[in-house]
Amino acid sequence: MKSVTCKQLCKTYHQGEVEVIGLDHVDLEINEGGFVCLSAPSGGGKTTLLNAIGGLDTPDSGKIWLAGERIDTLGKGELANMRLHRIGFVFQAYNLIPVLTARENIEFVMEVQGVPADEREKRSTAILREVGLEGLGDRRPAQMSGGQQQRVAVARAIVSKPALVLADEPTANLDSHTAEQLMELFVELNEHHGTTFVIATHDQRVMRYAKRVIHMLDGKVVDDERRDVA
Amino acid sequence: MNQFKMILRLAWRNLWRNHRRTLIMIAAIVIGAWSMIFMTALMRGMVDDMVADGISVLPGHVQIHHPDYRDDPTIANVIAPPSGELLEALGGAEVVAWATRVRVPAVISSERDTRGVTLVGIEPLRERDISFVAGDVVEGEFLTSPDDRGLVIGRKLVEKLETGLGKRVVVMSQDQENEIADRGFRIVGIFESKLAQYEEGFVFAGETVVQKLLGVGDQISEVAILGSDYRNVETLFRSIEAAAGDGVETLPWNEIDSYLGSMLAVMDGFVIVFIVVVFLALSFGLVNTLVMAVFERVREIGLMLALGMTPRSILGQIVTESVLLLIIGLVIGNVAAIATIEPLKDGIDVSIVGEGMEMMGASSVLYPALYLKDIVMANLIVIILGFFASLSPAWRASKYDPIRAITKV
Ligand SMILES: Nc1ncnc2c1ncn2[C@@H]1O[C@H](COP(=O)(O)OP(=O)(O)O)[C@@H](O)[C@H]1O
Ligand SMILES: [Mg+2]
Repeated sequence: MKSVTCKQLCKTYHQGEVEVIGLDHVDLEINEGGFVCLSAPSGGGKTTLLNAIGGLDTPDSGKIWLAGERIDTLGKGELANMRLHRIGFVFQAYNLIPVLTARENIEFVMEVQGVPADEREKRSTAILREVGLEGLGDRRPAQMSGGQQQRVAVARAIVSKPALVLADEPTANLDSHTAEQLMELFVELNEHHGTTFVIATHDQRVMRYAKRVIHMLDGKVVDDERRDVA
Repeated sequence: MNQFKMILRLAWRNLWRNHRRTLIMIAAIVIGAWSMIFMTALMRGMVDDMVADGISVLPGHVQIHHPDYRDDPTIANVIAPPSGELLEALGGAEVVAWATRVRVPAVISSERDTRGVTLVGIEPLRERDISFVAGDVVEGEFLTSPDDRGLVIGRKLVEKLETGLGKRVVVMSQDQENEIADRGFRIVGIFESKLAQYEEGFVFAGETVVQKLLGVGDQISEVAILGSDYRNVETLFRSIEAAAGDGVETLPWNEIDSYLGSMLAVMDGFVIVFIVVVFLALSFGLVNTLVMAVFERVREIGLMLALGMTPRSILGQIVTESVLLLIIGLVIGNVAAIATIEPLKDGIDVSIVGEGMEMMGASSVLYPALYLKDIVMANLIVIILGFFASLSPAWRASKYDPIRAITKV
């Protein structure tokens, strides 16, 4: 089955008099278990596409299906529920709630989902170790470096084991070693749980892990490159 | 509601994010709550005092008269003493005390001067439980029985008449045939009252003696009945009215003394107005604080919405934060108010500013009266209105578009 299907997605932003193209007739199919990079220079439409797929933004026209279910016609409440239960997000702009500790941020989605406390604790402890933040669970975002914060955000996105992870430039603030650690984690989840990954990036370190790289420019898909991963 | 714990946690932590703002807001609520309760207690104390004085001097809680007595309070309008069903009702559980009186306009003369007064013939033992006179006799003795031939008069009147304890005076009135009836009395007791008009205007004699003087047999002007709470005379009034029947007029105190009655109603209204005004001032600060708080947190609110938290939970967070703020402020404010009122229970001397208050019928010592009802009302008003005031900023926050909020700079 397809994890993500987009047909003729268009999105135009209006900035005063000026019209800016966000998405320009994007057709896209991503298989379940896919590991896809969206590659484009800044302003190419990566974030806009991820927001549309994630049910955060409605396109001007076109249709979107997630796991066979049409989502561009869903109401706000249904979209929120879908995001909560089916998608893990790493946002480009802003990721952590300042008054919560690293562990609480990681557990946030699970807590809203209603996962029992002991189960949450077990999973957050494991994921803290996997992203290399063991012992930092009680720190608040302001007490962590940019890279550490980014890892907390990634941990939150994957800890609830969503079917689809949408990550917007997840390695932006990370050194090579940590970036590679994260990618290994993604790959492992992808291979063992069949989690589908769509990662917006222009980071070569990330693209090396991708089974497929979709190149975008000015809101258009310009190239779809399938790879045998190293 | 499995998110409740998290909502509470977020609300609590967000509350302490801006210590200064939160503490200022709490201080405002504390001062507001304190002033509401303190002022209410003072006003209640003042009114209670006035009403209690008024009731003890004159009406009792319920009175029975001849239907024409209030228009023409003379010996022409008398009624038979309580008997039968009424007497039974007066023995009822709601009745704390009752007494009959004969009350007529009269003239009192000493060898020096003459004054117009109200002559009240009383049953001394029963009257003792209802009105002030017995307790306020400061010189000499109170009357001992309805046959007592003595007269009890006020200090001011003694001075006006230039007479004194043990001296004789003449009291003159009209009997039922409109003939002059007069009689000499020896002054056996002198009373003082908080209210000058009572000290000057009332003289008390034995009921039987007055009845004989006026030739009315055993008839009386009024029956005065005291219940347990002047604010709550309705039941007492109804049962007495039913027992007394149609031939007489039965009235609760607030209709007999409409000045006191309306004063009480005005004060009750004033208490609520005062509480609401203080609250309005508070709510400006509260709403402003919340609007600021929400504005500072646009991005994280957007993040929570983007991750799938419901708008209702966002609304819940902001409202919870506001209610927490209110609860903290109210608890401290209540404690402060009670702590300041308790030591003042023995009275606050306001005689410096109190000259005018005596004229209104209040005394120059204020006794703050703390009623649970008032405390509960002040707190409920603040919490409930505070809840509604916080709905608007909370509502706005919950309506944010997640993507726009999260990318806000
Ligand atoms: N909210 C917005 N208002 C106006 N223009 C926007 C908005 N969001 C994105 N854009 C424009 O849409 C285009 C695509 O942006 P985006 O999807 O963020 O690209 P990327 O994530 O690849 O850098 C850019 O030209 C950007 O300026
Ligand atoms: Mg982007």
